[in-house]
Amino acid sequence: MLLTFYILGTVSVLSALGVLVCRSPVYSAMSLVCSFFCLGGIYILMNVEFVAVIQILVYAGAILVLFLFVIMLLNIVPTGESVRFNLPVLIAFGIAVGLFAQISGLFLGDIQFGPKDVYTAEAISEEGSIGLIGRLLYGEFVLPFEAISILLLVAVIGAVIIGKRRLN
Amino acid sequence: MPTTHVLILSAALFSIGVLGVMLRRNVIVIFMSIELMLNAVNLSFVGFAREMDSMTGVIFIFFIIVVAAAEAVVGLSIILSIYRNRQTLNVDEYNLLKW
Repeated sequence: MLLTFYILGTVSVLSALGVLVCRSPVYSAMSLVCSFFCLGGIYILMNVEFVAVIQILVYAGAILVLFLFVIMLLNIVPTGESVRFNLPVLIAFGIAVGLFAQISGLFLGDIQFGPKDVYTAEAISEEGSIGLIGRLLYGEFVLPFEAISILLLVAVIGAVIIGKRRLN
Repeated sequence: MPTTHVLILSAALFSIGVLGVMLRRNVIVIFMSIELMLNAVNLSFVGFAREMDSMTGVIFIFFIIVVAAAEAVVGLSIILSIYRNRQTLNVDEYNLLKW
């Protein structure tokens, strides 16, 4: 199981790098799908099946298809954008490596976790993770749930209005 | 699997996303890098939730994914309408708001 995690993690990092390296946006999108599927596998390994399912349905299914639709609508030819190793690129690499070192140094250090909650692995498997999430979503988190549905409605209306050619 | 390794994987994915935003000039690839960063944060949420025997992190991932979907829809329609006006996807040429 640990080996599976390492394989999936390595593939997801490599395909995330592929997003940056590929010239054509279509190949970048496909590389991103691969990365999302690996993350879905990692979620299954961590016993959060609900997250794995919505990861694959929403991210790999809906959002990436939206990306591919836009790429298709814009009819993009690969521009031959090439990365040369000049000073700004080196600075960007430095910032990214520094950020990674900083965050992982934080995680490798002594993290003080707060008091533990009641949802241990046994408690989750007793009720089932999806049933538990549904109960929390409609109980304790019902107000954020309503707010997020309004946000989704606003996003849909906004996308239609921005996408229209002319507003009368 | 140890929580630390999950968190380091999420840090690596986040850094790759940041690098993509800084390195690439194609606005669609920049947008994909932003999605990558959101995913890295999701992974760290799961790691922390499992470490603390909590369910709140998983609920938050639900909200993050909804926000990511809304952001993708609005962002891509903005990209479409900019492309109609400027006929380019290079972010260096989007300079209407520059002073």
